[in-house]
Amino acid sequence: MSVPVECSEISPNSFAGKTLDQIRATEVWEGNQRNRLDDIFQVKEEGSTASEMLTVRIVGDASRIRKIGYRMTEGSMVVEGDAGMYLGEEMSSGSIIVSGNGGAWLGSKMKGGAIEVKGNAGDFVGSCYRGSTKGMKGGTITVHGNAGTEVGCWMRNGTIRIKGNSGMFPGMHMNNGTIYIEKDCGGRAGAQMTGGKVIIGGYVAAILPSFNVEEVREKVKVGEEKIPGPFYVFTGDVNENGNGKLFINVAKNPHLKWCGEYLE
Amino acid sequence: MTELLLRSGIVFDPLNRIRGEKMDLAIRDGRIVETVSSKAKIIDASGMVVMPGGVDIHSHIAGSKVNSGRILRPEDHEKDAEKRTSITRAGVGYSIPSTFTTGYRYAKMGYTTVFEPATPPLKTRHTHEELDQIPIIDKACFPLFGNNWFVMEYLKEGKLEECAAYVAWMLNAVKGYAIKIVDPGGVEAWGWGRYLKRLDEEVPHFAITPREILRGLCKINKLLGMPHAIHVHTNNLGNPGNYLTTIETMDCVADLANSEKPIIHITHVQFTGLTGNSWLNVGSGAPEIADYVNKHDHVTVDPGQVVFGDTTTMTADGPFQFLLHKLSGNKWVNVDVEGETGAGIVPFRYRRSNYVNAVQWGIGLELMLLVKDPWKIYLTTDHPNGGPFTSYPKVITWLMSKDARGRVLARINKNARRRLDLPGINREYTFEEIAIVTRAGTSKSLGLKQKGHLGVGADADIAVYSIDVSSIDPSRDHEFVRKALAKAAYTIKKGEMVVREGEIVATPTGTTYWVDPKVSNDLMQETTASLSAKFEDYYTVRMANYSVEENYLESPTKIEVPAEV
Repeated sequence: MSVPVECSEISPNSFAGKTLDQIRATEVWEGNQRNRLDDIFQVKEEGSTASEMLTVRIVGDASRIRKIGYRMTEGSMVVEGDAGMYLGEEMSSGSIIVSGNGGAWLGSKMKGGAIEVKGNAGDFVGSCYRGSTKGMKGGTITVHGNAGTEVGCWMRNGTIRIKGNSGMFPGMHMNNGTIYIEKDCGGRAGAQMTGGKVIIGGYVAAILPSFNVEEVREKVKVGEEKIPGPFYVFTGDVNENGNGKLFINVAKNPHLKWCGEYLE
Repeated sequence: MTELLLRSGIVFDPLNRIRGEKMDLAIRDGRIVETVSSKAKIIDASGMVVMPGGVDIHSHIAGSKVNSGRILRPEDHEKDAEKRTSITRAGVGYSIPSTFTTGYRYAKMGYTTVFEPATPPLKTRHTHEELDQIPIIDKACFPLFGNNWFVMEYLKEGKLEECAAYVAWMLNAVKGYAIKIVDPGGVEAWGWGRYLKRLDEEVPHFAITPREILRGLCKINKLLGMPHAIHVHTNNLGNPGNYLTTIETMDCVADLANSEKPIIHITHVQFTGLTGNSWLNVGSGAPEIADYVNKHDHVTVDPGQVVFGDTTTMTADGPFQFLLHKLSGNKWVNVDVEGETGAGIVPFRYRRSNYVNAVQWGIGLELMLLVKDPWKIYLTTDHPNGGPFTSYPKVITWLMSKDARGRVLARINKNARRRLDLPGINREYTFEEIAIVTRAGTSKSLGLKQKGHLGVGADADIAVYSIDVSSIDPSRDHEFVRKALAKAAYTIKKGEMVVREGEIVATPTGTTYWVDPKVSNDLMQETTASLSAKFEDYYTVRMANYSVEENYLESPTKIEVPAEV
C-alpha cells in the first residue's frame, strides 16, 4: 500500500459548504486509479460544515497522501500522524498542525498562514519546484524535529524555524525572509542567496568562501523574539552580488575563531 | 477513395484571388479537385471563414536547443499540463510544448505546416527524430550555415561552386530545406571571445567578413535554385542602434536581386529594429526598415512579434543569449557549440511596464502595419522567442483591430508609448491580408506549390473558423475573432478532418519536406573527395556516418531542384 495518493481537495475551504456525501465523493488519484475520498478515509462529520472556520482532522498515517491543504485559504487542519509530500502547498491563510512527520516540499510556494510539524520534515521545506524561482512568499513554518536539504530554497519572504538540525543548503537562492535553524546545519548555508537571513544556532562545519565576515552581534531578531548569541555575521553570496546575512553561533563554532582576525 | 465536400464557406484564397466568396470546395484523396461524387461526405461551412491551412515560416519546434530548453524549464511545463484523451497523448506546454502537444496546438489553430528555422547540421538527426514525433502538421528544418567552417573557408578562397556543392551535399546529408544564416561569423567570433557588430569586421582565424558570408550564400542559394531565399538572422541582434545593421544586411545583397522572387528573408526583425545608443533611449527602427522593404522587392521580413508574458528565448545566436542572461540575471544554457554552430537559451518575461519590452512589442506591430505589401511580411512570434505560437490569434487581432492594440497600448510603459509611432497608425488588416501573412505569403516564399492556396491540385489542408463575416466586424468584435481563431471549427489535413470544434479528432502523420539540389556529378564528386579529408580533420564523426538516411525519416518528401552548377 505504498501507492501515492494525490488529492488537492483536502482543505477547509474546499470542504466548506459541501455535504458529507459530496465530500466523500471527492475525486482522488491513487496511483493511476481514480477513486473517491471515502475509498481511502472514513469521513465523519462533527458539528456543522456551514461554519467558515472549519477544522479538518486527519487521523492515522497519511504519509502517502500528497497535497493536503493545497491552496488552503481559511480554517485549520490537524494531522494526527504523518503527512505526505507537498503539505500546505501554496496555502495563503489558516493553520496546519502535524503531530507526526511532514514530507518533502512542506509548505512549498506558501504565501501565508502557519504550518507546525511536531516531528521531522523532508527536503525542500518552504521551497518551490525544480526550475522555478518563486519559493515561499509568506507565513511561518515551524518544524520541531529535523529538516532535510535545501530549506527555504528560492524563499522570498516569511519565516522558517527548524528546532532540530537541517541538511545542506538552507536558504539556497533565497532573497528575503528568515530561516532559523536552532541546532546543527549540514553546511553550504545561503549558497547563491541575494537577501534575507539564515541563523544557525548549532554547529556548521564551514562557511562558503563567497561570504564576507562583517561583525559579531550579541543577538538577532526572529520576528519579535530576540535570540541570544553571540553570532558571527556574514554577508553574501558575493557570487550573486547578494546582500543576504548568515548568523552563526560563536560558542558552538570554535573552529571559526579565525574570523575574529578579520574583525579587529 | 475518400471524398469530402466543404459546402458554402466564405473562402479567402489570396493566391487564386478569391476574396471572401461563398463557394464549395471538393476534396478527393487529400487534394482539392473540381467536383466530387454524390457519395462525398458533406461538411457545412456556411457562415464560416475558410482559408488554406496555416503555414508557419519560422517557429522553433524541434531540435537540440528546443529540447535543452525543455530540460531547462520544468517550471514552464508544470503550469500547463494536458491530460491524454482517447485520441491524443498527454503533454505539456507552455512556451516549449512537448512534441505531440506542439502538433495538436498548431492544428487547433488551423495551422498545418510549420518550419523549424535553425538546426545545427551535426544534430539534425535529433531534429528529425523530434519532427517525426510531431503529429498532424507537415514540417521541415533549415540547417545553419552562417558560421560553418567549411563555408567560410570555401568563400574565403573564392571557391563559390565548390561551396555550392558543399551546401547541396549538406542539405542532402541532413535533409534540410533552406539555408539559414544566424549572426554570420559572429557566433564563431564569440567562440574566440569577440563580438562582431558590423558587417565589415573580420571573423578571427578565417579572415572573412559577415558581408562576404551573406553575399556568398546568397549567390549559392541562387546557383542551387533553392525554393526559399536565404533565411537571415542578422548580426548585432539585441543591441540598441542595430536597425542600421538590418538595413545594411538587406542592402548588401541588393545588387544580386532578380525579378523572379525575393532573395533574402530577414527574420524576427523586432529584435534587430532598435534605434538609440543605449537601453535608456532605444526606440523603434520599424519605420526606417519598413520604408526600405517598401522600396525594394528582393527582401521579405517577419517581425518575431513580442507577446507580453513568460516565455523562453532560444536562438543559435549564442553571443546574444549570453548578453540576455547577463542583462536579465535569469538562468541560461549554452548548447550546440560542439556542433557547427552555437546556441543559448534564457527564460524571459516580457513586461508591459518595462520600457524596452514595450518598445519591442511596438516595433513588431509597427513593422507589420507599415510594410504596405502583405506579400513581403509574414506573421511570426519567432516562437518561443517573442512568445509562444499559441498567441498568434492574439497577434492577429492586434493587426485587425486598432481597438484591440489600443487596449494594450493604454497599459504599456508610458515613455515607450510616447516614443512609438504605433498610436498614430490606423491600418487594420482584412481577412484576406491575414490569409496572406499567415498562409499564402509564407508558402509562396517557401516555394511550396501545393500549400497556401485552395486551387485544384493543392493539398487539401484547410482551416475553417466560425466567423460570420457578414455580421462580425473584426475591428470591433476582436475578442470573438481571437477565440474563433484559437479554436478552429474544422481543420482538414490532407483531406482528413483532424480538428472539429477546436478538439483533435484524428492524428495522422505529416510529411517532412527536404530539398535536394542536383549539382553536376563531377563537381559533387570532386567536392565530396576533398570534404572527406576535412571530415577527418575536423569531425568526431566519419563522413559516411554523418548523413541522415532518407528512410530514417518517418515520412519524407524530397523536393528535387536543378542547380546551375
